[in-house]
Amino acid sequence: MTGFQFLVGILYLLSASLFVVGLHMMRAPATARNGNRLSAVGMVIAVLATIVLALVVDGGEWIAWVALTAGVLVGAVFGVYRARTVKMTDVPQLVSVFNAVGGSAAAAIAFATFILATSADPLELTVSIPVVLDVLIGSITFSGSLIAAGKLQGIIPGNPVTFPGSRLLNALVAAIALGASVAAVMLPHNTLLLLVVLVTALILGILMVLAIGGADAPVVVSLLNALTGLAVAMAGFAIDNQALIIAGALVGAAGTILTLQMAQAMNRSVLSIIVGGFGTGETTATAGPAAEDLANVRSLTSDDVAIQLAYAQHVLIVPGYGLAAAQAQHEVAELAALLMAHNIDVKYAIHPVAGRMPGHMNVLLAEANVPYEQMLQLDEANAAFDNCDVALVIGANDVCNPDARKPGNAVSGMPILDADHAKAVVVIKRSMRPGYAGITNPLFTDPKTGMLFADAKKALKDITVAVKEYVSA
Amino acid sequence: METLYSNLAIFVLALLVGVEVIGKIPSTLHTPMMSGSNAIHGVVIAGAVVTASLADSPTGYILTFIAGAFAAANVFGGYVVTDRILKMFTRPTPPKTVDTTTTEDAS
Repeated sequence: MTGFQFLVGILYLLSASLFVVGLHMMRAPATARNGNRLSAVGMVIAVLATIVLALVVDGGEWIAWVALTAGVLVGAVFGVYRARTVKMTDVPQLVSVFNAVGGSAAAAIAFATFILATSADPLELTVSIPVVLDVLIGSITFSGSLIAAGKLQGIIPGNPVTFPGSRLLNALVAAIALGASVAAVMLPHNTLLLLVVLVTALILGILMVLAIGGADAPVVVSLLNALTGLAVAMAGFAIDNQALIIAGALVGAAGTILTLQMAQAMNRSVLSIIVGGFGTGETTATAGPAAEDLANVRSLTSDDVAIQLAYAQHVLIVPGYGLAAAQAQHEVAELAALLMAHNIDVKYAIHPVAGRMPGHMNVLLAEANVPYEQMLQLDEANAAFDNCDVALVIGANDVCNPDARKPGNAVSGMPILDADHAKAVVVIKRSMRPGYAGITNPLFTDPKTGMLFADAKKALKDITVAVKEYVSA
Repeated sequence: METLYSNLAIFVLALLVGVEVIGKIPSTLHTPMMSGSNAIHGVVIAGAVVTASLADSPTGYILTFIAGAFAAANVFGGYVVTDRILKMFTRPTPPKTVDTTTTEDAS
């Protein structure tokens, strides 16, 4: 190691530290933005150090540098444009697209390392193993993330796409990918073998994510994020670059933890989600509620809800997927602001999987100017329900199903919001259709619950108007 | 082997640090944390730089271009969108637009 390489190593260490400190600062909303900026500074340092090192040590050919510059310009323009214009409801798709491009960039680097080494001496195992793993993981991430983004965007059907023998086909493709991977590592240089790994991995990514239900999206996006991190770390092993290894490992850890947390919050095992088949919310949901259940439902009008809210002292809003789907975050914030202006305490009880990616509901509410102090996490919210006059459930179902406390059903053991502990419950929902778990929710037939059957956006507007009339009368 | 060992050590320790740091982030911030860590894997752009310095064939140039474009989209887009999200979390609490003189109506 020359003195110069040592200096670059120190700079890598500095940027890695900035990544860690930056992520650390993301644990509080007040410091999070600066944390992200710190991480960006670390990124600039790592990239500049690499550029200087590459120019001084290898030099390289000018055509390659032109190709890099052109590529970076194209990519940067696309990335910044999408980042600036994306709607907050569409952030999960964008994150998925960034996973795709990150994973494929890592795969391209590994592929180039493999090809460029062919002319020189044969690859050592310490290089060929990470190269093959990188191509494998990176390609799965690329195609899988694009399919996930397509599902989130609604271009590809959200329900699991399976066909007779699809599992067998998956197993067959996986076997070819693995076989080609082992062969590419063990046999002398053979670009064709690596191409087989690339293509089969791409197919595998498509098949795997197609078979996963749209409702599992929060888990899938986190999982693909973890895989991208791993692919980048593998690229780091292949080209012996510590910045890539450290950053890749950090992201791999982040994605893995979130994946596990989300799976737990949805009462699913990660394995059952990947294997697919259970995420069939669309089909089981058609079962419909029993007739005697419907008889017990108390239906409300927006005026009834307005009166109930105006007389309350403590209101907890439970926003669910239906709120995000109706894009009603601004309407709910308006209603909350109106109630708060009349000295009613309003908070939001947010389930970890509300929305389409982990923490998505918080972002949507933040967009509608809701201060983060009003957003309660699961534990804080459940402590608050006991003292709550009205729980206003909007487009949420399984996340507040009291049956989760009983054994033997699809939501057993799932962490839920204790909306049924409130003195009264109002549910805004389009119909009695069961949620993603496909079972009925006894909260809806509880005597203290009233149902307002309407689209979330329209219902909230009507309630706001009614509250205004009521309090000014 | 020595290089592999030190790289593996770095990898494992970074994984552990990641678990430790990420595990303490509240679910309120999971989306920006995810898009922020998403931006961090954009460090793959440094790998694209290394590839550029080694490329000496048309295939190499093409792969350099692809790696550069994809990595740049990842890193630039990732940081910008994370900053956009976090800007909404850090802005000051908006002043109450309606005054509270109408309390007699509330209860």
